[in-house]
Amino acid sequence: MAKESIVLFHSHNYAIWADSALKKESVDHKMMLIPRQLSSDCGYCIRIKSDDAELVEKILHVKNIEYDRIEAAL
Amino acid sequence: MLKNHELKSDTPVIYFDNAATSFPKPRSVIDGVVDYITNVGGNPGRSGHRLAVEAGQIVFNARQMVADLAGVANPMHVIFCANATEAINLAILGSYKPGDHVITSSMEHNSTIRPLKHLEIEQKISLSIARCSTQGLLDPEKIKLLIKPETRMVVLNHASNVTGTVQPLRDIGFFCRQRSITFIVDAAQSFGIIPLNMKADGIDLLAFSGHKGLYGPTGTGGLVLADDFYAARLRPLKFGGTGSASDKTEQPAFLPDRFESGTQNVAGLSGLSAGIAHVIAQPDGIEGIYRHKKELTACFLRRATNEIEGFTGCVPSAMIETGVVSFNLEGLDPSHVVQQLDERWSIMSRAGLHCAPLAHATIGTFPRGAIRFSFGIFNTSNEVDTAIEALKTIRGEAP
Repeated sequence: MAKESIVLFHSHNYAIWADSALKKESVDHKMMLIPRQLSSDCGYCIRIKSDDAELVEKILHVKNIEYDRIEAAL
Repeated sequence: MLKNHELKSDTPVIYFDNAATSFPKPRSVIDGVVDYITNVGGNPGRSGHRLAVEAGQIVFNARQMVADLAGVANPMHVIFCANATEAINLAILGSYKPGDHVITSSMEHNSTIRPLKHLEIEQKISLSIARCSTQGLLDPEKIKLLIKPETRMVVLNHASNVTGTVQPLRDIGFFCRQRSITFIVDAAQSFGIIPLNMKADGIDLLAFSGHKGLYGPTGTGGLVLADDFYAARLRPLKFGGTGSASDKTEQPAFLPDRFESGTQNVAGLSGLSAGIAHVIAQPDGIEGIYRHKKELTACFLRRATNEIEGFTGCVPSAMIETGVVSFNLEGLDPSHVVQQLDERWSIMSRAGLHCAPLAHATIGTFPRGAIRFSFGIFNTSNEVDTAIEALKTIRGEAP
């Protein structure tokens, strides 16, 4: 099974913006609740394939979509 | 006993009050509101279930569409408010510093004048009001003459809700940028009606209405921050839950959460997106709507001037850019005319000062005010003809 990573954002607004951008770029991903061990925030994060992490970072950077960090999914 | 004319409830309504709020709304706007309430219903950012995510997507979609229309790259710089008035209050009250000198114009709506006067009365700011011409136009040189070393803010409307005239934003915006003066623009009467671009026009903060030229529901509007406007320069006026940084008791610093506490008007924003899509989809988009309103304005003023005795338009037809026509019939109370139009011909218009006493004083119609017709995308030249005949009848009945 391919390894997965999680992109964390400051706010749900950025997660939804990123979701929209990744859909446009046809990057496989899934919006989900933030696991409590990663953040006590009540918002969303985006689960991606770890192999796509570099591509996702590039897309977020190009679109100026601020994010907190990318972590390996447990 | 006062005698009222029987209300013509069976007569199709002719709605000439689009500057107050546009009506009717496109069917897609109604569907957008109903779809959210019926099928989505979640609270954006507050819960992780799919209906909450979908609600967040509705809000984001509206944010992106407004950003595109304003010419800003970052959709997070769109702050949704209840209306343009709330947005102007956020811009003014959130950005002034004690001792600032602020310049505005004599054509402003009370949504701008009142928060500025409040700060002046409280001795927080000093205020200069640039006098516009009797046609409502502002000479940019007058702004330049009022500049002081402590001038920090210029607040202007893009288009007047009384005269339909448009101010030369770009000249003033460029001038403000050169001097690091915050340029705040009230686009309540122009957003979706006259093309603008915040970057090219040098606008720092743009207040817009969602329920006028964008054909969204009432309760929608907002403030757009220029891409290079640093959010910390603006203080929030309300604080509370944002669905983000929930482990912190301080207000988040990032946009748009810094200014968007409390649950958003998702139903309204769902309709707003549909309204913007409707405007863009018109033949030639905003330009096409502009031409349509220009034609109705020219048609109305040409016939009224030639055919109605004692008709006085406040501004020449060629200067009216937004389909807003204010006028008077000599010797007749504007309120009487407007009530007659409503009761006997089902024509909806507006009398009085239009919440803009300084503007009426500028064009010479204070305190009497004027009758205002404001045209929208659904109005037709046949409706204008009906209004002309109605005004001729009212005129003919006058002693």
